[in-house]
Amino acid sequence: MHPAQSRSLPQRALLIVGALLLAAVASLLVAGMTGSIAIAPGELPAALVQVLHGRTDSMAATLLELRAGRALTAFVTGGALALAGVMMQALLRNPLADPYILGISAGASVGALLALLLMCAAATVDAAALAGAVGVAMLLYLFARRDMRSGAALEGGTSMLLTGVILSSSCMALVTLMLSIAPEGRLRSMVFWMIGDLAGAPVRALPWIVLGGALLYALRSARAMNVVALHADNAGTLGIRVGALRKGLFFVSGLLTASAVTSAGSIGFIGLIIPHACRFAFGPDHRVLIPAAVLGGGSFLVLCDTLARTVVAPTQLPVGAITALIGAPVFLYQLHQLRK
Amino acid sequence: MTITTRQLALRAGGRTLVQGLDWQVGQGECWSIIGRNGAGKSTLLRALAGLRAPDAGAVEIDGTPVAAWKLEDLARRRAYLAQSRHDAFAYSVIETVLSARHPYHGKRYWEGSDDHAAAMGALAAMEADHLAARDVRTLSGGERQRVAIAALLAQDTPLLLLDEPANALDLAHQVQVMGLLARLCRQQHKTVIMIGHDLTLAHGISSHALLLTGDGSWYAGPVADAMQAARLSDTLGHPIETIEHGGRRIFIPRETNHD
Repeated sequence: MHPAQSRSLPQRALLIVGALLLAAVASLLVAGMTGSIAIAPGELPAALVQVLHGRTDSMAATLLELRAGRALTAFVTGGALALAGVMMQALLRNPLADPYILGISAGASVGALLALLLMCAAATVDAAALAGAVGVAMLLYLFARRDMRSGAALEGGTSMLLTGVILSSSCMALVTLMLSIAPEGRLRSMVFWMIGDLAGAPVRALPWIVLGGALLYALRSARAMNVVALHADNAGTLGIRVGALRKGLFFVSGLLTASAVTSAGSIGFIGLIIPHACRFAFGPDHRVLIPAAVLGGGSFLVLCDTLARTVVAPTQLPVGAITALIGAPVFLYQLHQLRK
Repeated sequence: MTITTRQLALRAGGRTLVQGLDWQVGQGECWSIIGRNGAGKSTLLRALAGLRAPDAGAVEIDGTPVAAWKLEDLARRRAYLAQSRHDAFAYSVIETVLSARHPYHGKRYWEGSDDHAAAMGALAAMEADHLAARDVRTLSGGERQRVAIAALLAQDTPLLLLDEPANALDLAHQVQVMGLLARLCRQQHKTVIMIGHDLTLAHGISSHALLLTGDGSWYAGPVADAMQAARLSDTLGHPIETIEHGGRRIFIPRETNHD
């Protein structure tokens, strides 16, 4: 960034967020129009008005309502995962950190699969997933509690990352155990939950409240996150309460992850890819990165989900498979570019 | 701007590094902390900066214990240069220096033009203004060190704590940085406490020196007193000779026989 440009950083940020906001709306519209029965662009305004007024008389309006609910869930899930990734990466000062690598989603999988195995109702599955995610997050916190205060061991995040990897693999062992003893009939739903699937994910207000609150916290801490990302422990000499910020980032990103896996299962790569892509395009400044990642992550998952339900229609793919298929090559490409 | 330690004790790894340190640094003084590796120089500087709690005794800045200061207020009073740094993200040089303006931002989300002026001024003072747009991770060790010192200057505090400011710098920049620090002391009456291993450079700019032996004992005093060859030889565990040259005192470690 050239100093002359950085003076107009607020305008630049406004431009980026504005463009991404338009992209988000466009992705939602695309998701609404695309499907086994497409809605023509001409029918869209009338259908939209009907849905907004709660009257779904026409075919187009009914389809739109169905798809919009799913697209909105995709958006809030993608936004939450991307924001959780940004926060974890700032916390550990490691651009490869991700709540999924830390085992929080694996913990959710253990809870959810146990509930599915026991033939529990959908609400119980969600509650069990949440309990699993919170359980692993608490374990991680117990292990990393001392590192949060004096960050020597947190530097680069290797201690916490390794703890997370080990927790994750023990959870995966439990998952494998449950899959191997599960009766044939329940296997499919269990596997789909693990890969991450938005089909049948209910539209709820809670994920939006969690995302809104987390976004507010992140924007208020954006400048402090920059200072900690740059100066690590020594950020204290610039007036940052480093310990409090680290705890806040850990809890808020844990909450975001738990909320996302509970609504959509374990969808990988978003928390890694989207922050990376946004840093690559807009720079590492968290004041721009945070809103950009939320909008970018939301739009990305909406488009991935649209692809998941249309690419081999009428069969629906789990969206987690799509994000991984797109995410992995993009990630490798970016890593290669950054190393140059 | 004064800094005072009372009966300060610092321990690390089961060893007592500093014991009963009663030390007073006044405004406009320039102190060098001298000692062998592991003698507790950086530990002491971190304790002065408030990054580490003392194991006994107290550190006071302007008469108030460091821990009792509000972090934001303290950040406008003292700046700290760490011995080394690790850059995880692709921040630009100007962003790195601007981050040191954080204590002046209050609740503002964006920096103001005064922050940009301060950051560019600090970079220019370190002859690093041409690097402003560079990714910090692509800088050489010496360039990165100059950017870090520029950030310290941009923080614009009356007390500067520097852990080996001459680290990784080439000869010309070592002299330039030391000259800059000397001017900050003499002309702007800033208080400087720094760690360094080049005795000649330290002697050239310091008004005082604190010698740490690493076994708890210490000696503090004006340069003429503290930086005598015999005392330094004792502290550093190696015979040191001095010669006078062009009005400057040059410190030479006695060579061991290579044969």
